[in-house]
Amino acid sequence: MKEQTTRAMWWRSPSFILDNRQQQPNDTARRDALSIPLSSPLPPSTTMADPNPNPNPNPNPLTDKISAYYQTRAAHHGVVSSDWLAQAQAAVGHLPEGDDDASNNDQGAPSGKPFSVIDEFNNWRKQPDLAEAVAAIRALAAVIRNSQATTMMELEIELKKASDSLKSWDTTSISLTAGCDLFMRYVTRTSALEYEDFNSAKTRLIERAEKFGEISYKARKIIAMLSQDFIFDGCTILVHGFSRVVLEVLKTAAQSKKLFRVFCTEGRPDRTGLRLSNELAKLDVPVKLLIDSAVAYSMDEVDMVFVGADGVVESGGIINMMGTYQIALVAHSMNKPVYVAAESYKFARLYPLDQKDMGPALRPIEFGVPIPSKVEVETSARDYTPPQYLTLLFTDLGVLTPSVVSDELIQLYL
Amino acid sequence: MDARRGSLPVPRVRQVGFFTPNAQPAPTRSQSGPPDSSSPPLSDSPASNSLSPVMIPPPRHHSDNLAAAPRPTSPLPVPEPSPFRRRGADNNNALLVGSYNPAETLLAMSPSSSHVGDGESEETMSGGWFRRSNSGKLASSLPSGTFDFSPVQSTAEALKPNKVQNPVGISVLNNTILAEVSARPAPKEQQPEAPSSSKQPKPKLTKAERRALQESQRAAKAAAKAVAAPEEVATIKSVKQHQTQKKDAPQVAVSVAASERKGGDKSQEKERRKDAPAPRMQFDDKSRVEKAKRRSVVDQTEAKKRVELFRHLPQYEHGTQLADLESKFLQLDPMHPAIYKVGLQYLAGDISGGNARCIAMLQAFQQVVKDYSTPPEKTLPRDLTAKISSYVSFFTQCRPLSMSMGNAIRFLKNRIAKLSPSLSESESKSSICTDIDRFINEKIVLADRVIVQHASSKVKDGDVLLVYGSSCVVEMVLLHSHELGKQFRVIVVDSRPKLEGKALLRRLVAKGVHCTYTHINAVSYVMHEVTKVFLGASSVLSNGTVYSRVGTACVAMVAHAFRVPVIICCEAYKFHERVQLDSICSNELGDPDAIGKVPGRMDVNYLNDVSNSGNLQLLNLMYDATPADYVSMIVTDYGMIPPTSVPVIVREYRRDHLLI
Repeated sequence: MKEQTTRAMWWRSPSFILDNRQQQPNDTARRDALSIPLSSPLPPSTTMADPNPNPNPNPNPLTDKISAYYQTRAAHHGVVSSDWLAQAQAAVGHLPEGDDDASNNDQGAPSGKPFSVIDEFNNWRKQPDLAEAVAAIRALAAVIRNSQATTMMELEIELKKASDSLKSWDTTSISLTAGCDLFMRYVTRTSALEYEDFNSAKTRLIERAEKFGEISYKARKIIAMLSQDFIFDGCTILVHGFSRVVLEVLKTAAQSKKLFRVFCTEGRPDRTGLRLSNELAKLDVPVKLLIDSAVAYSMDEVDMVFVGADGVVESGGIINMMGTYQIALVAHSMNKPVYVAAESYKFARLYPLDQKDMGPALRPIEFGVPIPSKVEVETSARDYTPPQYLTLLFTDLGVLTPSVVSDELIQLYL
Repeated sequence: MDARRGSLPVPRVRQVGFFTPNAQPAPTRSQSGPPDSSSPPLSDSPASNSLSPVMIPPPRHHSDNLAAAPRPTSPLPVPEPSPFRRRGADNNNALLVGSYNPAETLLAMSPSSSHVGDGESEETMSGGWFRRSNSGKLASSLPSGTFDFSPVQSTAEALKPNKVQNPVGISVLNNTILAEVSARPAPKEQQPEAPSSSKQPKPKLTKAERRALQESQRAAKAAAKAVAAPEEVATIKSVKQHQTQKKDAPQVAVSVAASERKGGDKSQEKERRKDAPAPRMQFDDKSRVEKAKRRSVVDQTEAKKRVELFRHLPQYEHGTQLADLESKFLQLDPMHPAIYKVGLQYLAGDISGGNARCIAMLQAFQQVVKDYSTPPEKTLPRDLTAKISSYVSFFTQCRPLSMSMGNAIRFLKNRIAKLSPSLSESESKSSICTDIDRFINEKIVLADRVIVQHASSKVKDGDVLLVYGSSCVVEMVLLHSHELGKQFRVIVVDSRPKLEGKALLRRLVAKGVHCTYTHINAVSYVMHEVTKVFLGASSVLSNGTVYSRVGTACVAMVAHAFRVPVIICCEAYKFHERVQLDSICSNELGDPDAIGKVPGRMDVNYLNDVSNSGNLQLLNLMYDATPADYVSMIVTDYGMIPPTSVPVIVREYRRDHLLI
């Protein structure tokens, strides 16, 4: 029991996360000591000698104890103090980057490609402001740039391989999968491809890839602009968890001198709400912190609910941090609008029918006290909010009703 | 009959179909009562005003070429040229004596009537053409249509007293002929008067009578005029027809009336064609029904009693037409045997289920195309399209087309129309055949495979799946999931009278799937243990409404109330851009006896003796519409989509559907 708590705390600690990413040799030993399965969610990415061209850390999400997606998120904005994170990043970030370049230069052979995609992706991923999907998009663009393919077909196959390896890197991340898919769609769907010679076609592809990366990168800003019309003076906004988009939205609103106040949920178990309240306090926005169970209690004061999304699914519903569904239900029953801010690369071709109909993304939960081993703990990290409880989605494609999501998805994917 | 039904024709204001000022003839014609009309079963036939058994193919607007008698060789868009029908009818008489089931006397009207009065009944059954042919005046030249006016008119006049004396039996024939007379000249100003003439026959030779006389005289005059200058009229008319009409059905006999009212009516007609793209025929629109009947191949006997709200749907006596049609087989030269076979299979119910019907139809068309050779002075695209249209209307008469078949036909016609004129005949034919093959393959077979892949990904271990009726895609989903080794249980919900679920149950059990079988009455009881509901669909409409086997809506609503996800499996070629809000406007009526009688159960056949009673109406609906609110997901070949995305698929892939 004791061990369980320590483990939970250990998992949460940023040092573990960063260490884990670096794949320190003594790391495995420690994990062994902690009886953690060896099939760790993080790839042996930076070990250059690793002959495995396609490391698949998450082959079966069911066997994994923790979702890699949430690990990344925790690394980016968990309870980690930001200066510590900056330090850690400064410490860790440089070395692997050099290594990556070296690895790219050393093994330029096509067999090394998927390997380097992951590296590239990991490099991009280290920027806390860059979403995982955007990092993947950037990494894939780099694949095209570094490709030594001589035909379009070859290039496409290479790209496909790279995106597959990225996707299998973390099967629990919806936006990663969706971002890769969308990139493939966007980049390879150029009508003029067949009429050009390979080099110009390749430059065109690179152009498109860069453009897509730019669009994805700017998506947050676009969403923030679009949502300004909906935030009025004197309103009270309830937010759940920490979402970079929502933060951007609120930041823009605060900067344009709007007067509003924000209710932040605590965002258990990783208490991401605390971090958001910190950020908002820095912007001089009045913030009130609620425990997650006080949502219904304070809903009558709330004018609108703003949430982010891990993924937007085909039905128009969203998959988001645990607790979103119940907030949406409460808001719906009190006739408060629920707004979702989500970039279009989070649109995924998934269609969950109910809460259990998703790939599980598990996350350890710390209760502070020992939990008897007979007691089962629900460790699922996210839930699914059906479209009928959502009012509008703010995306970089525009302000959409939930039913339009599927229209956009059909147009994006088919 | 009861007062309500009897009074129905009188307040009828809507006259959408045609210019005929006389509202009465339709029921009488279809009923084909003999002039003496004293026999009890027949006497009530006019009052019941059942309508003609024929459907017109959806896209056609036949108001123009109705008056024209088709030439046998001509590639008409309409189902059947009259000579064949005539032969068929004759044969019918001869044959039905033998095959006619005495038990059905009360129900089957047409055979009995054809026995009563030969010449007249024939006349009443098929309208003017028979008359023409009987009097030996059927000719291929244009003006011939005008000749038969005098005889018709004279009969009408001769019969008038009869009508006055016998208002109840309504001298069916009389009315018919009157209609014939008045319909042809059809000047607009007569419209308000004419109904009164036919609807109030009681007063002794009063206004109405005189008016009728006047009418007929006018008609005679018109006829004379037309005879005087038949050629010009005909040519003018035909030119005009070619302009206004899309279909270039050769005008054999052109109605004088049409040529007379050139100006205003033409535009009116155009307008009508524009704003009434009725995809299905409204069977309470008598004039249209009447017209449709004239060109029918299948002499479907219409049911006597029909439920008030569903009069606009065709309801036929079941089991009477099959023998009749089979007997006609050798006479119907222009009907390709493959078409004929499939039509009969529809009629007999041997082929059912949207996909099966559609594939059978397409394969029959493929056969047709293979055996097709362009007649001299025709072009393949036009002639073949016309031929296919006529076949389609034949199918429609056998059983109303499903929307998926409509889409397939649209695809085929589009392919034919888009054929490059530079192709040789054999090339075009083979191109069409490959197109049909591709449609079947890509839109049905492969689509099913994709759907199965998607849908079985939603089947989890420990699931309890509820299915209703027997949908072949759903069955494939279940079997595939079973083959994948998923542990689940199936509850097959079934309903009378078709009990299709039993067949499904048998196949599932044979494969070792755990099954529970129950009827729809128990659906609310079993629903609490169900985790997912899988349903098939005949069609999915633009507003997300699912048009499917009757009972589906009930199952979906119960599931919704229990918060059980409802998954519809439906190929995208069945999507339709139409919007439907209820199950009433468009539906199909099955055999009403099927719900009245329980085969093999003598103890519950309470309705045996009352089924002919006037105040009992049996309604056997075939389909119903499930609103989109009760549907969680539609699994289609483009993936899993919410019902709100159906219009997107329809919009984005309509071109795709047509061109592949």
